[in-house]
Order: sequence, then C-alpha cells, then structure tokens
Amino acid sequence: MSFDIRSITLGSDITADDIAEDLEFLDDWEERYRYIIDLGKQLPGLPDELKTEDRFVRGCQSQVWLETDYDSDAGKLYLAVDSDALIVKGLAAIVLSALNRQAPKAIQQYDMDGFFDRIDLLSHLSPTRGNGLRAMVAKIRHQAEQLDG
Amino acid sequence: MTAKALDIHALRAQFPILDQQVNGKPLVYLDNGATTQKPVAVLDALQNYYRGVNSNVHRGAHYLSDEATGQFEGARQTVADFLNASREEILWTKGTTESINIVAQCVAREQLQPGDEVLISTSEHHANIVPWQQACLATGATLKVIPLHDDCSLDLDAFDSLLSDKTKIVAIGHASNALGTLNPVKHMVAKAKAAGAITLVDGAQAVAHFPVDVQDLGADFYAFSGHKLFGPTGIGVLYGRRELLDAMPPYQTGGEMIEVVTFEKSTWNQLPYKFEAGTPNIAGAIGLAAAIKWLNRQDRAALEAHENALLAHATEHANAFDGLKIIGTAASKVSVLSFLLDGGHPADVGMLLDKQGVAVRTGHHCTMPLMDSLGIPGTVRASFSIYNTLDEVDRLFAALEKVKTFL
Repeated sequence: MSFDIRSITLGSDITADDIAEDLEFLDDWEERYRYIIDLGKQLPGLPDELKTEDRFVRGCQSQVWLETDYDSDAGKLYLAVDSDALIVKGLAAIVLSALNRQAPKAIQQYDMDGFFDRIDLLSHLSPTRGNGLRAMVAKIRHQAEQLDG
Repeated sequence: MTAKALDIHALRAQFPILDQQVNGKPLVYLDNGATTQKPVAVLDALQNYYRGVNSNVHRGAHYLSDEATGQFEGARQTVADFLNASREEILWTKGTTESINIVAQCVAREQLQPGDEVLISTSEHHANIVPWQQACLATGATLKVIPLHDDCSLDLDAFDSLLSDKTKIVAIGHASNALGTLNPVKHMVAKAKAAGAITLVDGAQAVAHFPVDVQDLGADFYAFSGHKLFGPTGIGVLYGRRELLDAMPPYQTGGEMIEVVTFEKSTWNQLPYKFEAGTPNIAGAIGLAAAIKWLNRQDRAALEAHENALLAHATEHANAFDGLKIIGTAASKVSVLSFLLDGGHPADVGMLLDKQGVAVRTGHHCTMPLMDSLGIPGTVRASFSIYNTLDEVDRLFAALEKVKTFL
C-alpha cells in the first residue's frame, strides 16, 4: 500500500491560520483561485480502490471522496479527500488544514462557516452550491461525534 | 430575403436584469436553458395585478373578482392562441414537470398493463423520464429508450423498430435541454399515432426559440414552463386533446375542480377546471400571458435568425478553440452549445467563468442517463436567448481562454 493517510501534513505543518494569511495577502480573484487550485494539486488524492461508495460524498456538480483513520492512542482523526474537480479539491484541502489531525472534540467545535467567511469563500460552503463540500464537512463532523460519543 | 435587422440594444433595454455587474464584470447571461429573464412588460403585469386587481378567481361576488377572473381566463385564451389550441385544452400547471406528471398519473398509471411499453429517448430530461419510469414500475409496463447517433441526434431507425403495437405512450422532448438537439417530433408523432400510441411532447426547451402549433404537430399532449418563455416561475402549461382530457380522471381533488360535493361523493367540474384544484397561480398565468403577448409583438423570424447567428458564431469559435470538444453536433439544434474543455471538470470551468461575469450551467443538466450514455460526468452548457449578442459570445470564448490558464 503506497497510500499513507498519515503522511498528509495539512493541519499540522500548514494550519488554517497559514492558509488564511496567504489568502488575505492575495487580493485578486485570479491569484486566489490559482492558489486554491495549487493546494488541491499538491494534496495527494485517493487511489482508485479507495473511491468506494462508503467514502463517496455526492454533490450535484462534482464528487468528493473522504477517507478517515482514527489514531486512538493519540486521540486524533486523520483525513484524506479527493474530488474530480480541481477547485473543490483545493477547497477540501482548506477544510483539511482546519480539521486534519485534530481531536474529535475540536473537530465538532470548529466553526467552519466562520473560517470560510474569514477567507471570503463562504459561498462555496453554501447548501445551494451543490459541490459536495458542505456534505463532506458534515460527514467529518458526524464521524467525530461518533468517536467522541 | 433576410429578416429585418434586429435592434438588439432596444431589445436588451427591455430586460433590466441584464444591465448589471457580476464579480466586477458586466454580466453575460448564458443560462437561458435553465430560465430566461423577464421583460419589463412581464414585470409590469405582475405589479399591476397585485397593485390593482388581486382577488380570487371564479367567485364572481364582486368587482375585483370579476376583473381577476377576466384577466386569468384571458391569459388562458392567450396561451391557447399561442399554441393554436382551444381554451378548454389549456391546463395551468406549476411547470413542465407537473404537466408531464399529470399525464403519467392520469393516463399512464390508469391505462398501462403488464407487457405494455412507454417509449422515450436517451436525451430526455429527468422530468420526462422519472414519471414514466415510476408509472411503468407501478403497472408492470416497460420503459423503452431510443438511442442516439454519434452526433446526439435520435436514431430514427431504432425508433421505428422500437415502435410496436405494445407501445402505448411516446414521450419525446421537442429540443434537448443538455445539448440543444432539435428532434423531428412531427414525424415521430405521426408514426407513434399510426402505431396507436398516445403522444406527449416536452416543449420546455422549444417554445422560447420558435413558434409551436399543436394542431400541425399532432401531439396529444404538449408541456412547457412559463419561466423558460420570459414569464414568471411557478406557472406552466399542459395542452391536451379534449377527448383525452375528458376521459382522464382528475389529478388532484379539492376546491375549484368540483361541480357538486356531498360527504358521500363528488362530481367534477368541466374542462379545464377539472384539473385545477385549489386557488391557481393567478399572477403567474397573467404574467405568462404578458410574456406571450410581448413575444407576439416582436419579429419572431428576426429573433430566430438572430439566435441561429449566435449559435453559428459560438460553434465557429468552439471548433477553432484548442482542447474544446462540442457535445452534441446534430445538424438541427436550438441555440445551445454544450462542451468540455481538456483537463477541465465542468464545475471548475463554470466557477472560473462565473468569476469573469459569465453565467453558464455545468453538470449533468438533469440528464444523468444521457451523460452516462456519453461516458462523461457532465458538460458546460452555454444556452443563448434572443437578447444575447455576438459580442457576448466573443466574451465567453475570451473568458474560456483565461480558464485554460488555470487547468
């Protein structure tokens, strides 16, 4: 198995604050979207054998797959995501910067809408966008609740 | 002779929504297949109705009710004239989807038997698939599907061989929403009728582009939505041949659609009211009639020529654009350009166009079986209308050049 979910360092060496600072520095839409797409391109995707129905998050426009792995000793949830669309994958990477390698309790308490509002990308989390991102965040949160339960 | 030149600026000025900035750029609205914008004449009709006329219809107890009823039934006559039908054959619905559901419910589910077949095509919108599919599942009938040629036109040889005495209903889109393909519905209706089938044509993507005459077409049912014809949302039309409507049971029951009610039984009102339970969308009907009257005042031949010029210009651009593939290249199309960019998921292309003020639709366009048959997740769809300009087509392709630099 070459895919190692614990090799994804978003959330530890690149944090949500780092992403927010980078995005605040970029003021025109082109630079911001090139940055988001690059984040997505740098994020390791899921191998095809992991793109299964149970990891699938359906969006109307694009599709997302989510893999999780809980380290019960450290009390941390590891996350990996993939999408068939570049921008959605980049936005998913931004979600990972906030939630990856975090404790279930911290994941449940995290204000994702507040974060996306701060980086002026809240519209992408909107239920009407249908890009699967909001459903992905809900799925991560649901898993965190079950682990915490 | 070419049609008289169109004054596109005067035409656009009647659609106030078009004059705005989106993401800091002038809006280029190319999502007309999803819904069209509304001219001032329609906005005024809605305002005037609510400001001066609003009242319930068919009650007749006071002045305003008479006035509202007159405008509401006048609107029905306007639609009847628009389709060359009689007013008893025009039913108000919420839209195309409900129109098709009425026929699926009150004809298909009532009449289909195990072994019977319903014939549709691969390129149908979900609204012209799922109601028939569910009626077939409920009755033991079978849904049959006409395949497409490589250019996404219907395979009419396959249609001929699928059509048999088992075929009870043929339901076909007049034009494909996802690809723009214009289907030879008059020819198909004639063949279906000869085989003894009931015919329905989904006209949602047709009525805004060219005149439709249901007598000439010969279909038993014709469905369309007001909001794709420059009218308001929430109002649609089902045309049905009188003999068929008379024989059908009601769709919903309640007020308006009854003649006499006792606790034991009820009898039904005459056509068209038998199918219109509850207070109808009065403002919507009046708004739709305003849209049709507005359209009737335009030079429709010139509008059609203009839309054809938009499509030809867009197709020329698309053929010259490196890495772009047109999906749906039938010879006969309404003004829709569906396409894919190499390495660009439709969702990415759509978002990056939106950032440049260009509104398109991306995804499966409510035609998942069509996308599956083409082996693609979806397309980017630019759908044009009468108020779009050649300059806007140029702006779409300039914006696509920029999108390519992101992929």
